[in-house]
Amino acid sequence: MVKLIIPVSKPEEGAAGLTGIWRSFKPIIDQEKCKHCLMCWLYCPEGAIERIGEDKLTVKINYDYCKGCGICADICPFKAITMVREE
Amino acid sequence: MSISIRDLPLEEYVLLGNAACPGCPASIGLRMLGKALEGKFILVVPACCTSIIQGPYPKSAIKVPVLNIAFAASAATASGIRAGFEALGKKDVQVVVWAGDGGTADIGIQALSGAAERNENIIYICYDNEAYMNTGIQRSSATPYGAWTTTTWRGKTEFKKNVPLIMAAHRVPYVATASIAYPLDFIAKVRKAAKINGFKYIHLHAPCPTGWRFPSDKTIEVGRLAVLTGMWVLYEIENGVFRLTGVSKSLLDKSKRKPIEDYLKLQGRFSKISDEQIDLLKRHVDELWMEYKHLMESG
Ligand SMILES: Cc1ncc(C[n+]2csc(CCOP(=O)(O)OP(=O)(O)O)c2C)c(N)n1
Ligand code: SF4
Ligand code: SF4
Ligand code: SF4
Ligand SMILES: [Mg+2]
Repeated sequence: MVKLIIPVSKPEEGAAGLTGIWRSFKPIIDQEKCKHCLMCWLYCPEGAIERIGEDKLTVKINYDYCKGCGICADICPFKAITMVREE
Repeated sequence: MSISIRDLPLEEYVLLGNAACPGCPASIGLRMLGKALEGKFILVVPACCTSIIQGPYPKSAIKVPVLNIAFAASAATASGIRAGFEALGKKDVQVVVWAGDGGTADIGIQALSGAAERNENIIYICYDNEAYMNTGIQRSSATPYGAWTTTTWRGKTEFKKNVPLIMAAHRVPYVATASIAYPLDFIAKVRKAAKINGFKYIHLHAPCPTGWRFPSDKTIEVGRLAVLTGMWVLYEIENGVFRLTGVSKSLLDKSKRKPIEDYLKLQGRFSKISDEQIDLLKRHVDELWMEYKHLMESG
């Protein structure tokens, strides 16, 4: 029997694995300083910043997938995010 | 109508854990495209970084259907899909080409020109990282003057090809430029394009940390400086009428623009550019602005 393989990919999280392991620096949000402007959410290339809470205005980083690019820390207008070296 | 961040849909169409480099501008662009069209689109993607980002078989990192196609065929393929949708009476799904600058300005330009001339009802988006990145940073006709690539190791000796104006010369209903550093402007343009019948072209500037040699956290800063120095200009041409958009509106007056050096010095690809080359580049940018001024006045 010849097995027919149709080359169709299906959408799935983690197509390239848990990309959090790529990180050398980890973004840490200081919730005290955060003004909920959502700029980090807008610009994160990964969509790794979640919006939680009833009003969806609290930002939380998904470290399973955050690649540690540092864009969020660079663009935060209130300097609420710092990049810390991974252990 | 202006869009605010809070109005954007929460749903993501580019999935977590994809293969893009950290700080990738193509990912930012794709994410915003998904939010602009809220998933109601099909993507046609020729060989480029996005064919890697979308994920290794059998997984896809993009939540909408993606058709991978030979380099030269994107716009022709999209035309065919549109014709199929018409036959099926499917009106609410946009057919979007998402191609790199190599796949647009060089290899795909004949199919692109053909589809524009036929006024096919599709949206063609070129995300412009100004070189063939996926194959290791070779120059394209969209690489700017003076930039290092692995095939222009003393700096490119030709100026950047102006693809949006080439598309405007086709007299299609809508041509726009955008930047990943100004996502709301880009989203507004995509949404406008989706409402227009006929051929729509959007050229999205996409600063690439890997190929331009800058740290991955500077993608947005570099993108903003491209616009604030006047090296990249945000505009749209709707039914022949030229209009500057966003921050570019206030930059027609040269004294309002930041010095081009501010943009160049952030990027390793310009680290060996000479003062004479910078002067030539400045003159080129001034000439482009003169051209846009003329278009504005005649539009
Ligand atoms: C006909 C053909 N020639 C060459 C290639 C190899 N190739 C794959 S991707 C690529 C570079 C594409 O550059 P661009 O369109 O700018 O997209 P980017 O990789 O920069 O995102 C090349 C040359 C190919 N796949 N097909
Ligand atoms: S950019 Fe800064 S202030 Fe704005 S939501 Fe993110 S962490 Fe909070
Ligand atoms: S470091 Fe980069 S990937 Fe991680 S949350 Fe910030 S912007 Fe997103
Ligand atoms: S080379 Fe540039 S455009 Fe390509 S995946 Fe990497 S960062 Fe993105
Ligand atoms: Mg490219």
